[in-house]
Amino acid sequence: MLQTLVNGLIAGSLLAVPAIGFSAMFSVLAYPNFAIGALASVGAYAGWLVNSQWGWPLPAAFAAAFLIAGMVAALAERVAIRPLSQAGALMMAIASLAIGLILENLLRFGFGNDLRNFDLPIARDLRIGELRIGPQQIDNVVIALVTMILLWLFLRRTWLGRSMRAVADNPDLARLKGVDPERVALIAVLIGGGLCGVGGTLIGLDTSIEPLTGPRLVLSVFAAAVLGGLGSIPGAVLGAMLIGLVEELTVLELAPTYRTASGFLVILLVLTFRPSGLLGARRA
Amino acid sequence: MLNYLGFILVLGGIYALLAQSLMLSWGVTGMVNLGLAGFFALGAYASAMLTKWGGAPVPVGLLAAIVAGGVAGLVVTISTLRLRDDYLALVTLGFAETIRLVAANEVWLTGGSDGISGIPSPFPRDLGAGFNGLYLVLVSVLALLALAALNRLISSPWGRALRAIREDQTVAAVAGKPVTRIKAEAFGIAAAIAGLAGALYGHYTSYIAPDMFEPLITIYVFLAVTAGGNARPLGALVGAYGLIVFVEGTRFAAALAPGISAVQAASLREIAVGLALLLLLRFKPAGLFPERSQKAPIR
Repeated sequence: MLQTLVNGLIAGSLLAVPAIGFSAMFSVLAYPNFAIGALASVGAYAGWLVNSQWGWPLPAAFAAAFLIAGMVAALAERVAIRPLSQAGALMMAIASLAIGLILENLLRFGFGNDLRNFDLPIARDLRIGELRIGPQQIDNVVIALVTMILLWLFLRRTWLGRSMRAVADNPDLARLKGVDPERVALIAVLIGGGLCGVGGTLIGLDTSIEPLTGPRLVLSVFAAAVLGGLGSIPGAVLGAMLIGLVEELTVLELAPTYRTASGFLVILLVLTFRPSGLLGARRA
Repeated sequence: MLNYLGFILVLGGIYALLAQSLMLSWGVTGMVNLGLAGFFALGAYASAMLTKWGGAPVPVGLLAAIVAGGVAGLVVTISTLRLRDDYLALVTLGFAETIRLVAANEVWLTGGSDGISGIPSPFPRDLGAGFNGLYLVLVSVLALLALAALNRLISSPWGRALRAIREDQTVAAVAGKPVTRIKAEAFGIAAAIAGLAGALYGHYTSYIAPDMFEPLITIYVFLAVTAGGNARPLGALVGAYGLIVFVEGTRFAAALAPGISAVQAASLREIAVGLALLLLLRFKPAGLFPERSQKAPIR
């Protein structure tokens, strides 16, 4: 039972990174970006190339994952999605779905469907009483936490971060104050996409990488973001932790294959009874 | 060759039904269904299980698929009817994934990832080309019926209410339209049509498995409906046949490309589908048959 709890929290902290990315993009851009799964895969492959092909250490792999996934997301936003803004949020969401399909298949074209693994030293699990934790899992949690703290500092302490929150809150008012919403939107996509890339790399380190590594994650990410309240960043963290726990419990009590289906159930329940989520603003 | 042509046309008819479904919910009402593949799968499984294991005649199976699709449509929409439309997109996406998981894992119910084979068909299969011909007539008639029915529905007062809701829910509500009920009805009908398409698919191929109902199918239908015109039944029909030609065309084109593996060829085809959808959304969002503005009837 304790093991399940720990596993759930570990899974949750990994999930929190892309969930924050998704929620941050939603709050600034006002449409759900369905390319997050493919972006996570893009980041995972970038990290894998740097780490196991070039032999660079993991921090460099994470930086590459963040930058590449973020730039791909920003490019897609600029070239393909933003021009549809007149047609409404739904059109942009559908376009992001097409972007996701294209990215996933570009990866498949370049790397095939084979499973890829990071170059990791083999290490024994740590044992604390009955508990077993892999050292890499601890590293992953630390990396996830550091990412979240950096993002929090960025949003609270920098001018750019504050203008991002301002645009999310009220774009018109932000514009009056001299904030350029276009630029802020692009930076939000860069960061959001980058976080998805880091999330994909974390999952890749935990398991292995293939083009569907990211897309498989999508339902859990949505569930975390909806449970926490779409657009709320603390909500995404809390939601991800809870979804991590729920999924581990599902594995324990039901069947491992229903891990993601429990996420869907959570989405249905939350939207039916408390659509604003746990920490979301009261406007749905 | 004749058999291949028959197969293409039957598939086109099945996609035409899926396209009518998406046209009604997305194009006319503004409710995005990203889980179309899930309703398609649900219909296929409902009818296959009932006819293969329950021994029911095929028409009963088709009816059951319609009911199953419609009921699932209502269940999925109920949680999001009062919310912004992008929540429905999230829920339907999750729905399709969950259906696929259940189909792949509940072996006692669905045969698991082996799928269901030997699904009965309404006509004897040993007719060969005759079977293809008869099935083509059946699918085409149903697709045309759906087209005619939706044409009538859309030009009815109910259809006008749908468009009013798409343009502005608040205004529609102020005008006294029961917005939530009408939205649920539209989505339910649309999902029922997708269920029927699924059943027809299963009875035609005689074999279904969870892998067949991947999210790519949903994107295919978005491509078809966007190309044809997303608020016109005729547009959806033409778009669906156009889609099949396009998809089969990419198959031949990929076979011609030198020096690439099968996996690479498949990924190139999917990239072509994604690019085509992006380009249409950007440069020809109204499609081949744009929506006509309807004048109010003179009293």
